[in-house]
Amino acid sequence: MSAPIGTVALFATCINDTLFPETPKAVVRLLERLGCRVDFPLQQSCCGQMFTNTGYFKEAMPSVRNYVDTFERYDYVVGPSGSCIGSVRDQHPMLAERLGDQALQRRVEAIVAKTYDLSEFLVDVLGVTDVGAYFPHTVTYHPTCHSLRVTKVGDRPYRLMQAVRGLTLVELSGADQCCGFGGTFSVKNSDTSVAMGTDKVRNVLDTGAEYIVTGDNSCLMHIGGLLSREKSGVRPIHLAEILARTEADYADSKGHSEAAVTR
Amino acid sequence: MTAEHTAPATRQRRTPAPPPVTLIGMPKFPKNAKKELRNEQLRNNLRHATTTIREKRVRVVEELPHWEQLRLAGEAIKNRTLRHLDSYLLQLEESLTRNGAIVHWANDADEANQIVIDITRAKGADEVVKVKSMATQEIDLNEALEEAGIAAWETDLAELIVQLGHDRPSHILVPAIHRNRSEVREIFLEEMGRYGTPPPDGLTDDPAMLAGAARVHLRNKFLRAKVAVSGANFAIAETGTLVVVESEGNGRMCLTLPDTLISIVGIEKTLPTFADLEVFLQLLPRSSTAERMNPYTSMWSGVQEGDGPQEVHVVLVDNGRTNVLADEVGRQALRCIRCSACLNICPVYERVGGHAYGSVYPGPIGAILTPQLRGIGSEVDQSLPYASSLCGACFEVCPVRINIPEVLVHLRNKVVESHGVTAEGMVMKGGSWVMAKGRNLALAQRGSKLAGRIMPGEVIGPIPIPGPAAGWTDARDLPKPPSQTFRDWWVKHHEEPQS
Repeated sequence: MSAPIGTVALFATCINDTLFPETPKAVVRLLERLGCRVDFPLQQSCCGQMFTNTGYFKEAMPSVRNYVDTFERYDYVVGPSGSCIGSVRDQHPMLAERLGDQALQRRVEAIVAKTYDLSEFLVDVLGVTDVGAYFPHTVTYHPTCHSLRVTKVGDRPYRLMQAVRGLTLVELSGADQCCGFGGTFSVKNSDTSVAMGTDKVRNVLDTGAEYIVTGDNSCLMHIGGLLSREKSGVRPIHLAEILARTEADYADSKGHSEAAVTR
Repeated sequence: MTAEHTAPATRQRRTPAPPPVTLIGMPKFPKNAKKELRNEQLRNNLRHATTTIREKRVRVVEELPHWEQLRLAGEAIKNRTLRHLDSYLLQLEESLTRNGAIVHWANDADEANQIVIDITRAKGADEVVKVKSMATQEIDLNEALEEAGIAAWETDLAELIVQLGHDRPSHILVPAIHRNRSEVREIFLEEMGRYGTPPPDGLTDDPAMLAGAARVHLRNKFLRAKVAVSGANFAIAETGTLVVVESEGNGRMCLTLPDTLISIVGIEKTLPTFADLEVFLQLLPRSSTAERMNPYTSMWSGVQEGDGPQEVHVVLVDNGRTNVLADEVGRQALRCIRCSACLNICPVYERVGGHAYGSVYPGPIGAILTPQLRGIGSEVDQSLPYASSLCGACFEVCPVRINIPEVLVHLRNKVVESHGVTAEGMVMKGGSWVMAKGRNLALAQRGSKLAGRIMPGEVIGPIPIPGPAAGWTDARDLPKPPSQTFRDWWVKHHEEPQS
């Protein structure tokens, strides 16, 4: 493990904060284990992607400003979501530019440069792929479109998972195809969204894995919602929650640990 | 497709009638998609066809180590052309005229159609043979000609299938992608004889036999026609050369046999120099048919005495393009070379097919091009920018690097701005306030925590009240919100004095 770095601000993202708190908790455990000092500035809210991608640029601006106000005093901002991080990097500069606010534009550009998806922060900044995790299960990984094509995390999640002791990674066929979530697309075009998700779920089931892993809980909520409706038994889990787990978790009462990773 | 064309009841139609299409009352994308999704045959046909061509495309693209540089070059050449389109168009007109071609300018579909009707009538012809062309579909030329008593015969095999099937194309490159070969056989048996040479006895669904039947059926039309209509993939300003790339040789027949040739060319098809083809003739075939080179590439520069058509007309069509050009974000859609790689890779297109888009240009490119060409006045055009999960696969494969997700989001903003007060807008305004400050979000989370405490069970099942919640829960469970947010956990463990 590399030398400890300064304080890392955790951008939990609004959906994780509200619906999936186990994921940011896992990030805190993981980063602290790796020697980071983690801060969660309570002023934070959302990346604004739901507004931006639905066409509500004006409504996204308070989120953009709040992101800058909250995080600009930190050296590193880390979030467990390729999609929300992608929105900060790709859309905040566009929104600030459209507004014609040059001061905000400069602040946005500065913060974009220090905003990382969890997998990027681990591999590129901390320089680790073996984070000391233990997860004795068969998993398959869906790369999620924005992690893949906007944030471009590349093979980092695979490298991190391959170094997890006990973990068996099974290849997902059609992995790079969209699961059909797409934010408000999932309700505006719910029939198409479900058709895409159904195909994704079939591929997941074909792997025989116990867990479907992603770096984005929003896509996972969609895939997991379909899996749950089908009573398939395959469990959705965020990459961070796998990386946070160690042998010690399994040395405790087994049942307790299992409950902690179940949604 | 600006208006519904109906032939006078007194006169018999010359060509098979396509299904009527009107923008007014055209259902929006989600409704069309719902209908198409129920068609199991369509989904199987599309999955098979798009998967095959996707895989082939990857193979031929990976052969070229400099593919990315080619894409960048394609983007740069198109950007330069569009930036100086006014002067390149004048240069194109001058070069074409010098070569003996007659240049016409058309502001819109009606003007372009009238030009073709007038030329055809002046030649004393009552039919034309056609090379596959998206521009002529965009202006609905066939129906305009039909109304004027002129029969337009499609000669591309798939276009013939569509025409004989009283159908509409569902793909830019393979317009009959939604049909399988047994459906093609039925269409040929039913319709071919009514419009020319019938299929041979004992026609099976063997592809070679089906192609043979089409070949014989079309041969007569090629030999008889006095006028041909084509589009153009490229129009070279420097030399006054038009270029058509195709696979079947039907284009070559149309471009060389009839005495009069009329080419309908969108103004954005212009390229500055002949050397620019070096880039595009590498990008286009590999991206479209996944071939290293397409079988037939025809180029003609005006009239050559005693060789090919002796009267060459070029109709340069705007039909909304200058409006697109005026939009700084949206104008990149004009770089499109109609390869259809974005359709083949699109997970939405793969499941709903081309007809759901209610647009001549389907798929991702249609979702950004059509609402810009037609404007966002109709329900369907307002729904098209939302017909995408923004997965970004289209941008990755686009040979001229059109950032389709960026334009989709830009157009969504235009749609939102064009509306007054809406229910969705109110929800977004409320959400905007919630997300403006951490403490506002914390306040809103009181609701989710309460729900988490009082709701029974692990997940939320189907919600029977119509609306977005039902849209989600019809097929997907929702996780029950936890009774403690991460924020609360953090405060409890990190902010309060440790005991």
